[in-house]
Amino acid sequence: MIWREAALVAGKDLRIEARARVALGQILPFGLIVILLFAFALDPDRGLLARVAPGLFWVAVLLANLLATGRAFAIETHHGARDGLRLAGLDGGAIFLGKAGAIAAQLLGLELVLGTGVVVLYGVEVHGALVVVLTAVAATVGMAATGTLYGVLAAGLRLRETLLPLLLLPVLAPVMLGATRAFEDGLEGAPGDAWPWVAMLALFAALYTAIGVLAFGALWEEAA
Amino acid sequence: MTQGETTTAGARDQLLLPVVRRVIGVCALVALGFLTVFGLWGAPTDAVQGDAQRIMYLHVPSAWLAYLAFFITASASALFLWPRTRSTAWDRIAGASAELGVLFTGFALVLGSLWGRPVWGFWWAWDARLVSTALLFFLFLGYLALRRIPGDPVGAAKRNAIAALIAFVDVPIVHFSVEWWRTLHQKATVFNPELNPKIHGVMGLTLWIGTIAFTLVYVYLLDRRYRLAVLEEGAADVELERAIAERTGAPLKVSAP
Repeated sequence: MIWREAALVAGKDLRIEARARVALGQILPFGLIVILLFAFALDPDRGLLARVAPGLFWVAVLLANLLATGRAFAIETHHGARDGLRLAGLDGGAIFLGKAGAIAAQLLGLELVLGTGVVVLYGVEVHGALVVVLTAVAATVGMAATGTLYGVLAAGLRLRETLLPLLLLPVLAPVMLGATRAFEDGLEGAPGDAWPWVAMLALFAALYTAIGVLAFGALWEEAA
Repeated sequence: MTQGETTTAGARDQLLLPVVRRVIGVCALVALGFLTVFGLWGAPTDAVQGDAQRIMYLHVPSAWLAYLAFFITASASALFLWPRTRSTAWDRIAGASAELGVLFTGFALVLGSLWGRPVWGFWWAWDARLVSTALLFFLFLGYLALRRIPGDPVGAAKRNAIAALIAFVDVPIVHFSVEWWRTLHQKATVFNPELNPKIHGVMGLTLWIGTIAFTLVYVYLLDRRYRLAVLEEGAADVELERAIAERTGAPLKVSAP
């Protein structure tokens, strides 16, 4: 039941994206330009880019996540959409899972393109594909869950555009750290070292998904 | 509106009895005096670190207070969310404690940096405890920024309480992930599990005096900040009543808390 409702909410958000193409037309190009800017900051000739590529990749994803989260709640502000969703009689946890799922799906697509960009532009070679994929999934779920939780917390507030990054980035610091280390180990072909980090990312994702399912309903009711 | 009534009723205007507050304030001043005397003259100069080590008498108590304050914030937020103990008092305590926590985390970071320059040779190190303390600072700075945004009092208090708990859940994750990443910091000296002080007796005593003094200061300031929150809420109510009276022409009834 909760999953069916979640799928409905996720479907709604993804359908809006398919029609408005904000993630595709704005957030994705933003991520790519960030990847390009890093090459200006760190001279590409010194071989530095390939070594720090995992960190740069996740910084770009983290910034894109801020935009995606803001967008996920901006679509609820017009034409009484929020009241409509409230009156639809859906479970709060289901709305949370749906919105987080839609953000995660968009972020995974973005990571695929950005990852390709990093491989091509920074000259990175991927060895442990399994570790890389699992890291990306766990980190993305954690980011989407935390983003949705803070998104609803800030939804309807004045100053939410500036507040959201301040709230979200410190909480996501462990994800940034874990995903970067796991990627480094995965790319260097030492996936054994990466598993503790993947486990940490999975734990983070599970924890914040659970908190979101529990707390979203109350926050959604309070959101102005 | 029943929810609104239950949250304001039962919330006390004073956190501590005035006499208790005065005693704590005087004790805090005396303890700070002791700390000054012991920290600057009583404790011997460290053989290796020199006088820079005396910064520890402020740094360690600040760090301890930071953790205590955030723990109180999280506990008060949980008590606010628990329906049976819901009271505006917990929301005020959570906010007051978080402000003090951010203040003392800031002290701990700055003092640690001042100590690190002569002893370690650099202002900042990417050491586990430094990094997690810095993240703690920003976590609760965000919480304070959220608190500052005005709104419906009951909804805002609930939102703030949830935000405090979400932030607090992150603290152990931040701690362990950063711990895995790198470690350089000195092992705890006062709260050593073996209870085997590794430092000169007077130095240990001074650290304890500092911890007690700062804790007393914390309790005193918490009470003052709580009272300020009550007065702020009262001022907002009085202004609202005045605005209504201006529009309706009804006589003004003043009800200061």
